[in-house]
Amino acid sequence: MLSVRKLHKTYEGGVQALADVSFDVPDGQFLAVIGLSGSGKSTLLRCINRLVEPTSGQVVWDGVEVTAASKEELRRIRRRIGMVFQHFNLVHRSSVLTNVLAGRLGYVTPAWSLINRFPKADLEKAYRQLARVGIADKANFRADELSGGQQQRVGVARALMQDPKMILADEPVASLDPVLAHSIMQYLEQINREDGVTVICSLHFLDLVHRYATRAIALNEGRMVYDGDPKGIDDVRFKEIYGQDAERVG
Amino acid sequence: MDKTPNGSAKRPRSPWRRFLRSLTVGASIVIAFVVYAYGFQVTQVDLEEAQSPRRQEQLVRILRALAHPDILTFPQAELVVEAPFYMPCPSIPLQMQEANPRGPYILLSPACTESGGRIRVDGFNFDAGTTASISLIPPSGVSLRLGQATADAAGDFSEMVQLPERSSDELQTIRAVVRQNTGTPRLSRTAIDTWDKIVETVFLAFLATTFGVLIAVPLSFMAARNLMKGVTGTIGGISLTFLSIIPGVWIGSTLARYAVAASEAVQTAPLLSLGLVGVSFAGAGIGARWALPPVELARPPLWKRLARAGALTLAALVGLFGLIFLSRFLEQTGDALAGVLGVVAFLGIFIGDLGEILSLLIVVIAVAATAGSLGSAAGRLGEAMHSRLKPAVARILDLILGAAAGAAVGLGFMAVIDWLYELGDPLIVYVAPAAIGASLGLILGVRYGRRDTIPVGLLIYNLSRTLLNVFRAIEPLIMVIVAVVWVGIGPFAGVIALSIHTVAALAKLYSEQVESILPGPLEAIAATGATRIQTIIYAVVPQVVPPYISFTMYRWDINVRFSTVIGFAGGGGIGFLLIQNINLLNYRAAAAQMLAIAIVVTILDYLSSYLREKFV
Repeated sequence: MLSVRKLHKTYEGGVQALADVSFDVPDGQFLAVIGLSGSGKSTLLRCINRLVEPTSGQVVWDGVEVTAASKEELRRIRRRIGMVFQHFNLVHRSSVLTNVLAGRLGYVTPAWSLINRFPKADLEKAYRQLARVGIADKANFRADELSGGQQQRVGVARALMQDPKMILADEPVASLDPVLAHSIMQYLEQINREDGVTVICSLHFLDLVHRYATRAIALNEGRMVYDGDPKGIDDVRFKEIYGQDAERVG
Repeated sequence: MDKTPNGSAKRPRSPWRRFLRSLTVGASIVIAFVVYAYGFQVTQVDLEEAQSPRRQEQLVRILRALAHPDILTFPQAELVVEAPFYMPCPSIPLQMQEANPRGPYILLSPACTESGGRIRVDGFNFDAGTTASISLIPPSGVSLRLGQATADAAGDFSEMVQLPERSSDELQTIRAVVRQNTGTPRLSRTAIDTWDKIVETVFLAFLATTFGVLIAVPLSFMAARNLMKGVTGTIGGISLTFLSIIPGVWIGSTLARYAVAASEAVQTAPLLSLGLVGVSFAGAGIGARWALPPVELARPPLWKRLARAGALTLAALVGLFGLIFLSRFLEQTGDALAGVLGVVAFLGIFIGDLGEILSLLIVVIAVAATAGSLGSAAGRLGEAMHSRLKPAVARILDLILGAAAGAAVGLGFMAVIDWLYELGDPLIVYVAPAAIGASLGLILGVRYGRRDTIPVGLLIYNLSRTLLNVFRAIEPLIMVIVAVVWVGIGPFAGVIALSIHTVAALAKLYSEQVESILPGPLEAIAATGATRIQTIIYAVVPQVVPPYISFTMYRWDINVRFSTVIGFAGGGGIGFLLIQNINLLNYRAAAAQMLAIAIVVTILDYLSSYLREKFV
């Protein structure tokens, strides 16, 4: 169970990205985070694993206070939280296999990984994860030789390598076409259903939210304006979240 | 930008503005005139001197010499033709001068003259276009040059020569000497010397570049803002790290010295040395494998962690002995090989040198390893202090540690100042810096609370940047003078000077590349729970390899050109030869050396662009 309590984040320069955000996520939930660009979705996800340091508030996960963890503890927390990014964030010049193996960096002893030595079990695991997302044949390609959809699958495989209990997906399909978007979302859904991994996913399109999420929260200028069933977002709610001038596109 | 380029032209301007504008233009022209006039005066532009025939003649001579690089010579055959000559005319009648239909000959008219007179020398049957130098051989045998003449198309020449006042009753001789190029051209002595020196230069630049790169790469990460910004620590952790480095250095160097002394007690044959190297490294490897399991799922209990630390220390110690024996083995085999390798004896000498370098590095390695591991262990202890101890106790410890570390920083800083300036006053050297450092540490301790973090990364970033800027500002020419004092005149001094300058220049260029990498992969790798070093290896290094290669090649090219300059100051390489020839006014030889530099720089340029294409 993840609980976020009274989370605030003000960036240097005074931009308030999050204001008093509190919610609980039971294990195994597929939570969608929606809102306009700049409403604080990315900041919220990054505050959960402290890629962004919150200004105040608490994040507690499985009884451990993430926001109070030391560097060493934080490393141990982060390695159970997979993360998938809008721009994939692969290391372009490294091979797909190396990118996937990077998901194990939190587990392996640093000294061995520095000379690019991974245990045999990890290598096998990497091939398994690549097979799971359907790109086993691309293992030795350079990451930037892959298409966008394939790159995001590498991103998912990297997150899976972490044996995650939770996956944070920051607009994982915003850079992909609708067909690819569904295939990536289906992988996340599968991981959520079959492995019981909690997924917190920020999304732009409401139809994706309706289709995949079991719950949705909405942010508007850093404040939570909705928390509940995705189906509950009707036209009135929609205008509350996205502003009076917004029109639905999907 | 939404300015249109000609938007302002459409706006009507008032006459006053137009007047002001012309006034500004006029004033600018006047100012430019004055600036250039003054510039001409201070740089002593002298057009008259430049146009004087004497200067122009010299200029033409030098330019022609430069255009004829001294690269090829021909084997020359000397053809000597002589004619008897009297000065003054003797009382006895003169012999008839003979024509020689089969070979070249000269005729003098008249065949005798009063001292200091003029005669005509006619030459026949020479090869067309050859130049004969004409000289007088008095009875003393010391030849006096009279002039030279070039044979026409028929092989004849005719030259009036002025004789010196060398009267003698005896027979004198007028001699014409023709030098002819025969056979195939060969490389001249200058060309061979230039080749030797250009090879020396290329390798000088190569060594300086590689040594520079070895140090510049780690430095560049420290001088990259985006990597260092996130490095923070609590005051206790930082202070403990810093304080533990000093004993770490001491322990490391003592350990290395004892290990070397202990190993010296055992005399080993080369093969035994090699065996010991193998045994030690294998032992160290097994120890490290046990102490560093490939995967660690849960935090092991304290006893296990302590046992592992012990095993790792032991493995490191065994590894240290391995390094000592390796250096000894290299020195032994190097010396032995140098004796039997003959032409490639330099390979054996190099192996011996490697051994010697390694034996010098052993202390450095031991110090770095001990200080590094002690420092990181102490840092962890300092960070853990807050979660284990009561806040009040931790706070007091923070202050004490901060003050102690501050005092240590002050003392260390002052030790360097004292070494440079020989102050000698204990109050200034010990008491004052310790007191000031301790109080600054205390202030920092009070200012930053227990959870607050100090941006120590930015501190390191700024320090390394400043250091790099200072070293970059020192001309290699100055560095080479210092290096020459240290290791003597020669290319090794040049290698040292250029290495230092390369470190400073490359680390800056590299760090700017690190600062411009994509932040996404960094974030992604950090999110997997990777440590900072893992993040650098997996997210930063792959991104910076192509620019690093291209900058390194560029630096090599710069170092080749620099090495011409440092040769002027005794740093070896082709510059040494070049400055010698310029001082001797031997412009043809200097031209050969300049040509060699141009060729090498061009080749390097092509090579670097080829490599860039391959790796980018």
